[in-house]
Amino acid sequence: MDVILFLIFAIIAVVCAVNVVVQTHPISSAISLIGVMASLAVLYLLLGAEFIAMAQIIVYAGAVMVLFVFVIMLLNAGAESKRGRSLMAQLLGMPLLIAFLALASYFIQRLYPTGAIVHFGVFQGGSAQSVGMALFTTYLLPFEVTSVLILIGIVGAVVLARKELP
Amino acid sequence: MEFFVISIIKAAVVAFALLTTLAYLQWVERKVIAHIQVRLGPSRVGPHGLLQPLADVIKLITKEDLIPPYVNKFVYLLAPFLAVTMSLISISVIPFGSEIQVFGHTTWMQLTDLNIGLLFILAVSSMGVYGIALAGWASNNKYALLGGLRSSAQMISYELPLSLAIAAPLLLVNTLSLREIVQKQAGSILNWNVLPQIVSFFVFVIAGFAETNRVPFDLPEAENELVAGFHTEYSSMKFAAFFMAEYGNMVTITCITAVLFLGGWQPLFPAAWGSNYVPVVLFAAVGALAIYHGLHPARRRDRLTLPVFGAVSLVLAVLFLLPPLQQALIPLFWFVAKVGSLLFVFIWVRGTLPRFRYDQLMGFAWKVLFPAALLNLLVTAFVVAWRS
Repeated sequence: MDVILFLIFAIIAVVCAVNVVVQTHPISSAISLIGVMASLAVLYLLLGAEFIAMAQIIVYAGAVMVLFVFVIMLLNAGAESKRGRSLMAQLLGMPLLIAFLALASYFIQRLYPTGAIVHFGVFQGGSAQSVGMALFTTYLLPFEVTSVLILIGIVGAVVLARKELP
Repeated sequence: MEFFVISIIKAAVVAFALLTTLAYLQWVERKVIAHIQVRLGPSRVGPHGLLQPLADVIKLITKEDLIPPYVNKFVYLLAPFLAVTMSLISISVIPFGSEIQVFGHTTWMQLTDLNIGLLFILAVSSMGVYGIALAGWASNNKYALLGGLRSSAQMISYELPLSLAIAAPLLLVNTLSLREIVQKQAGSILNWNVLPQIVSFFVFVIAGFAETNRVPFDLPEAENELVAGFHTEYSSMKFAAFFMAEYGNMVTITCITAVLFLGGWQPLFPAAWGSNYVPVVLFAAVGALAIYHGLHPARRRDRLTLPVFGAVSLVLAVLFLLPPLQQALIPLFWFVAKVGSLLFVFIWVRGTLPRFRYDQLMGFAWKVLFPAALLNLLVTAFVVAWRS
């Protein structure tokens, strides 16, 4: 059951991800990206990380992508026109892509030769409680540093967005 | 196998009940608002207009389904589907009542109990923005686009106080499962979260009005400036889908309010003090009153409708006395009573308040609701830390 679900949502994620690049209209790309985020959330759920799955939907599919769509709507960006590709891209594109994929799979094999296959229900540390415990005990310093970083980002945004005083 | 069969039956019952509620909620709303404005409301189709929802459904299905030539077809068709799915899916984690036994099978009056139930609802409601935003964009129409933009900005802004208002009572109950949240509030009204979290409660309800795009926050469909807002270009069942989504969101928000703050299916006071007889007394009183007025009718048609209504109420009162039905009906009664009262408040507010101006709406979210929710969360966190 989990293998079937994994295959279904992995395929949806990959198809949506390819679609993000292929689509010429920004809104279609954004919708495909939402599809990627949502199917990734289902994959997290299958791995037993239910809190991460919901955070993925709330933060990425919900908040970040809504802002993307909002900005695209506000700017009313049209479809981009296709231009002819350069000779270099036509000749070298596909071979380079294949070479890159081969290298990536080779290094994954080398780095994790004995990686066990994860099954549904094996991993139990994905509940909100255990994530919270890990964040506030083991990873307290990175957590606080990240929150300070985000605070700096917010202050920076406010400063940039403020109107110049006469 | 048994699990699947029970789940399918429960899903069918819940879906049927929810859709009927949505249809009749609209009738209730029209009636209540009509009486607030000293009108009669729908009264032609059936007694007191009771068959009006059915007539509306037939009208909407048989209407011509226009797709304007200038829309982005895929997104235009996707948007109402997204809106209605995201609004109906949240009901799957709402607990309506305690454990019941049907023909020897024990089951909960809840479709499924996730240990991240509340996060699931937040996730689904954050996805609900897309339906409206994309509908506004895909319609390729200025009014629709403005409506969609307003609604996305409004929903993003009000989601923050909403989430913060949810976080504070969560600190008290220490769980995300909706079933456990209700169980932690067992006992009497003194154990409900609404007493220690009264600020949170009001912030949540106000943000809930905005999230569901209801008056006084219905800027996305302000008809005197935007025609009909994001659903200007939609007709027939696609328009009905947005309508259903709005009422579905309303039901979801009121259900969560009842579960989170008002103790879900828990009675007002313990069963030892006779809370089990509240529904019986209530229905018997309503039945007696209706029959009395039926016998002394003010209008001619009341001679038939009021005695029928009274008889139904009396039968319900008797049903609440039967021991085998009691264990299922009484929790359900309390849950429906709480949700119903909240829905009435939603309708009451619509009949009372005028619409906000747009800058007032945004200022209210960021300058009043958000700091209030944040402060409340901080105080709650300090109290919880100090007590433990």
